[in-house]
Amino acid sequence: MPILKIKNAELSINNKKILKGLSLNVNEGETHAIMGPNGSGKSTLSYMLAGRDGYELDNGSISFDNTDLTQLSPDERSNLGLFLAFQYPVELPGVSSTNFLREIFNSRKKYLGENELSHLDFIKHLRKVAENLSIKDEMLKRYVNFGFSGGEKKRFEILQMALLNPKISVLDETDSGLDVDALKIVSEGVNNLKDKKNAVVVITHYQRLLDYIKPDIVHIMSDGKIIKSGDADLALYVEKNGYSEILNEKS
Amino acid sequence: MVATTETINQVKSTTDKYKYGFSTKIEVDKAPKGLNEDIIRFISQKKDEPKWMLDWRLEAFKKWKSMEKPNWAKVSFPDIDFQDIYYYAAPKAKKKLNSLEEVDPELLKTYEKLGIPLNEQKMLAGVAVDAVFDSVSVATTFREKLSEVGVIFCPISEAIKNHPDLVKKYIGSVVPVTDNYYTALNSAVFTDGSFVYIPNGVKCPMELSTYFRINEKNTGQFERTLIVVEDEGYVSYLEGCTAPQRDENQLHAAVVELVAMNKSQIKYSTVQNWYPGDEQGKGGIYNFVTKRGKCLGENSKISWTQVETGSSITWKYPSCILMGDNSIGEFYSVAITNNAQQADTGTKMIHIGKNTKSTIISKGISAGKSQNTYRGQVQIQKGAYNARNFTQCDSLLIGDTCSAHTVPYINQHLSNAKVEHEATTSKISEDQLFYCMQRGLDAEQATSMIVNGFCKEVMKELPMEFAVEAQKLIGISLEGSVG
Repeated sequence: MPILKIKNAELSINNKKILKGLSLNVNEGETHAIMGPNGSGKSTLSYMLAGRDGYELDNGSISFDNTDLTQLSPDERSNLGLFLAFQYPVELPGVSSTNFLREIFNSRKKYLGENELSHLDFIKHLRKVAENLSIKDEMLKRYVNFGFSGGEKKRFEILQMALLNPKISVLDETDSGLDVDALKIVSEGVNNLKDKKNAVVVITHYQRLLDYIKPDIVHIMSDGKIIKSGDADLALYVEKNGYSEILNEKS
Repeated sequence: MVATTETINQVKSTTDKYKYGFSTKIEVDKAPKGLNEDIIRFISQKKDEPKWMLDWRLEAFKKWKSMEKPNWAKVSFPDIDFQDIYYYAAPKAKKKLNSLEEVDPELLKTYEKLGIPLNEQKMLAGVAVDAVFDSVSVATTFREKLSEVGVIFCPISEAIKNHPDLVKKYIGSVVPVTDNYYTALNSAVFTDGSFVYIPNGVKCPMELSTYFRINEKNTGQFERTLIVVEDEGYVSYLEGCTAPQRDENQLHAAVVELVAMNKSQIKYSTVQNWYPGDEQGKGGIYNFVTKRGKCLGENSKISWTQVETGSSITWKYPSCILMGDNSIGEFYSVAITNNAQQADTGTKMIHIGKNTKSTIISKGISAGKSQNTYRGQVQIQKGAYNARNFTQCDSLLIGDTCSAHTVPYINQHLSNAKVEHEATTSKISEDQLFYCMQRGLDAEQATSMIVNGFCKEVMKELPMEFAVEAQKLIGISLEGSVG
């Protein structure tokens, strides 16, 4: 069953075309990796999917769970089950992490028509989920992403993903700034959430992350579109030979 | 020095969602419109006041007539016709009330709508309430429990009758009658307010709370509050306001005086949510308030915490006179303006005693076409050796049509004092909004969360149950300001 269908997406920022006819289909249960050199439009793709202001399509279509996404606001897309783990998670000074997490958790529950959790029940639930990601209580008492280390920020992203239980998660350069230990924790966190009903799209520059999160399909993105797709071996090939060979092959 | 100014011009559509816009049908006993000696005599007589009080009022009235309206604040509004205002209105007192059951059910319904349970729940919550409805206090709870420890908490009109020596001694001792135009007016015509007296060494066992309501159309509200805390006493006082929706502007000119003796402490918290008017500002409350505390004793402390979200115009500078050596003054403020609201608010810290310390944390949030000004004065007088002040003013702008101004005045007559001032202005960041919305919060929830975070340093100074209410209020006040 397809979850996400992007068809011929074209998008410009400041009159400059960034996405130039990108197509991508993701089915339930699949893990996709999108790799590509800097400036190929990977982060633009993630913002476009999440519906950030200024990242509207010029042409093409995106459907998610058979719903046209293009007219929906970021929160509506989130409610449908689309999650973006940010490359640079944003600091919210003064906003307690626990309160923030409870708010987003209950707002999702409300949308799904499920019971919201009381403060105490939520704390219990949160502790369990956080423990799996080696997140200590102390960190949850701090302000959202405020003064977090790179690794803490990324773990906090995965914690939110775990709480929201999305249908599709887009991980934008989640490996950047992580040491091996942190990378393992984060990857395990993602793998634990993976099931037959949801999907993951990993956007990364390096193959390294894919040792831990095994992709079913690997796409190479360049100059605003996907130029080659293959299985996990494609990532290894890129790791060994760099992007240039594939790029040359194409031109 | 104007530290920051930002004005841009694009009007966003806003919605008028004043949650508490309703009014109560209650028979009102009121004086005719206008102001003259006869009206003052009428008020004094209605209140069954002693002669000294009437004389004090008449003296104030005489002075008021010779005074000019202040015009230095960064607010603009049509001239007020002081002869077109009712100066006295009271719910018709049937007889002395002994319990809540005797209170007009309509009135109780109003409190309920406001979410103020003036009943068992409040008692369980441990809050004593002196409810001021229009001008007369109709219900007072907990008074007996308080009187066991010697605390006096009653309407000021009662205090004038029952504790005349205390009132006589302190009224006008912090805010002189002629301090400004509105204090003179208030002194002449004040109709009610609260009186609190904490005797030597008593820590008031509960937070004292007063809810003010403006109800009768065209009734000016002139409350007068006086709080005196003797040596080593402590009191935390909460003041919260909401008012029904109105078409005409309503003037409110209250005076609050605090007196803190040796080693005593007064914590005064306000959540103010008066009707701000419609999108054009029509119909909102004019809030011209003079609040001042005097740290008369050594090692005394006065803290003002305020969350200002309502009123069409706010003109308010809760201040501290730090007379006693080692005394401490604090001012924590959140002022939110939306639509056409105008706020000119801040504080004055007057350092007179040695080693006096003051802290000012001001958070201004502007949305819509509103104007938000922080105006603060720090004065270090000659004898205030080793005085310290720290001031931090942060402004947050939402949208492109509002403005924020910071106007600090520093008068330092002493070289070994230390005065620090920090000011920032920021816009609510698109990154922050997007981040929150990506997690499923809508634009308003996201804004409310970010703004509450911005105000954290002030909100944490509020007593718990007040903080929860205030957080909700911040959300309500900013509805329609983004998206």
